[in-house]
Amino acid sequence: MTPFTTLTGAAAPLLLDDINTDQIAPQQMDRRLDPDYRAMLFRRQRQDAGFVLNRPQFQNAAILVAGRNFGCGSARETAVWALTAWGIRCVVARGFADIFRENCLQNGVLPLELDGAGADAVAARVAAADGAAPFTVDLVAQTISGPGGPDVHFDIAPADRMRLLEGLDDIGLTLKHADDIAAWEGRTATDQPWLQSARDHRR
Amino acid sequence: MPQTLFDKIWQSHLVAKRPDGRDLIYIDRHVMHDLHTPHALAQLEKKQRPVRRPDLTFATQDHTIASKPGRDDTTNPEGAPFLRATRAGSARHGIRLFDLGDPEQGISHVVAPELGMVLPGATHAVPDSHACTVGGLGALAFGCGASELEHVLATQVLALRRPRRMRVRADGRLGTQVTAKDLALRIIAEIGVAGGRGHSIEYAGAATRGLDVEGRLTLCNLTIEMGARSGFVAPDDTTFQWLAGRPFAPQGAAWDRALAHWGTLVSDADAEFDREVAIDCATLEPQLTWGTDPSQTVGVSARVPQAASDGMRRALDYMGLSGGEPLAGLAVGRVFIGSCTNARLSDLEAAAAVVRGRKVAPGVTALVVPGSTSVKRAAEARGLDDVFRSAGFLWGESGCSMCAGGNGDRGLPQERCVSTTNRNFENRQGTAVRTHLASPATAAAAAIAGHIVDVRKLMAGAA
Ligand code: SF4
Repeated sequence: MTPFTTLTGAAAPLLLDDINTDQIAPQQMDRRLDPDYRAMLFRRQRQDAGFVLNRPQFQNAAILVAGRNFGCGSARETAVWALTAWGIRCVVARGFADIFRENCLQNGVLPLELDGAGADAVAARVAAADGAAPFTVDLVAQTISGPGGPDVHFDIAPADRMRLLEGLDDIGLTLKHADDIAAWEGRTATDQPWLQSARDHRR
Repeated sequence: MPQTLFDKIWQSHLVAKRPDGRDLIYIDRHVMHDLHTPHALAQLEKKQRPVRRPDLTFATQDHTIASKPGRDDTTNPEGAPFLRATRAGSARHGIRLFDLGDPEQGISHVVAPELGMVLPGATHAVPDSHACTVGGLGALAFGCGASELEHVLATQVLALRRPRRMRVRADGRLGTQVTAKDLALRIIAEIGVAGGRGHSIEYAGAATRGLDVEGRLTLCNLTIEMGARSGFVAPDDTTFQWLAGRPFAPQGAAWDRALAHWGTLVSDADAEFDREVAIDCATLEPQLTWGTDPSQTVGVSARVPQAASDGMRRALDYMGLSGGEPLAGLAVGRVFIGSCTNARLSDLEAAAAVVRGRKVAPGVTALVVPGSTSVKRAAEARGLDDVFRSAGFLWGESGCSMCAGGNGDRGLPQERCVSTTNRNFENRQGTAVRTHLASPATAAAAAIAGHIVDVRKLMAGAA
């Protein structure tokens, strides 16, 4: 996975709450096994010529700024793949749905959660800049900087920050515990044997 | 120290703590489906990693499979590559697949409980957000994305942040024609679509206890619509009786031993929750959504609310409503009874009880899609297919069908659809389709009346 340290680029304002994964990646509109993810991103909203991602300055947007509970709905990781296919590697929101947040981390995308005054300031500044000047997200310093005001600090769980900074392979991390997994299986086969066997008793 | 049931299950499945602070939680059963299996297996193979426990892993064809009678791989042409890749991948890795044509094929969240793959106190993962359904049996389930699916395939654990604990107590008794679906919609309306975020929810209280297992599965199914990844009901005798003798459940001495353990699966009396919510069910009536997220719910006798925000205005516009009109009486073009939420046998029986001896109103397209092929067979043995067909319903082959339209089953633009599914998002059931979520009985009543109606009045001959 590509490590995430800093990211600089246009920040697109989509200041709505509860944007769901059906909206982010309307899979209903491209049902191929290997769809065009860039084309899929907000495909339905993009039928409206005025939609933010149709505007020239956001064709290479790197940051998306949204409202509350971003990414609710299904578990489909395609929502994150559509964002990365566009080049968006950071979503700033006032909260993320649990599974979507996890899917971001799995793909080297920073789910940057802000609330209160910080969120208000970033939303206002991103809207005012309107893509004319870039914003920078610095995961080392945990700041967002850009036109219209001072750097805004953000918090992130240290473990998630480390994982993004180092671009760690999640499965690789877990496989370091292969012995623990085997030991658990051994213990459970004795203590709760029904958990370790999924046998069809008719066969 | 007193523990919640969540703590007990979590603790007993904790394999190790990763240095990055994540808990490795062992996954006892893992069920995949056609939409995500092809990609996850391809990724795994690219990295030359084996499936660690194919014997604990299952797959089913549900999302892209056609519901037309006589279907084959190509009935839904867009689904064919998914079905074939899932079939080939399952065969390569020795994973049991409930394939097209298998007598037990169906929606993963319906198949896993009914075959007894899911057990009380066990952990469960599905690459689908409604994995939480099987919490109805007292299991702790996690919906996951494609990368996490690959992670479970390779390691048989999930690397998780420990959620907080929430308890939702449903007090009182549910009235006639007031179901688990109505209760769940009410809870979502009360706590909101993000109300459970970061939490694992235990459903408790007299009304929850009074639900049969299928009702509990429906209630837990909608947990993700509250923003929580897992929700469950502590297992009890109702659960154990329902599970006994199912093909994958333990048998004989192993059953007795499991049963003794399952008896300990309760939250201790003074265990602490991070959040508690209580819902009074005494006055609960059948519920329907009026808007474009599942929290936009009102009772059937209520009026659609007036727009109090831009978001509400957008939802009303999309739904073709002005706000302030009575919900009952809105003309309906389509009715869908199906999905992992409400397509088990008891759901179809509840709908059939409304439909029996009546006809679908002219101009309404009505479709029933059983949650599994086993449910379909059981329903046919009881003659339910005749009840539906002779009333004018279509009777489909099992799968997700119109829930997300992934198999090509969709409504028409601007069509008002009463649906027993779980998401009334814009365009989910087809472009510009106006979805109202409701229980099977309420959906059936709408098909008969041709408009939204209080099923209790319809049954009393007063509507
Ligand atoms: S029925 Fe709907 S919600 Fe359930 S698994 Fe299928 S698509 Fe997902």
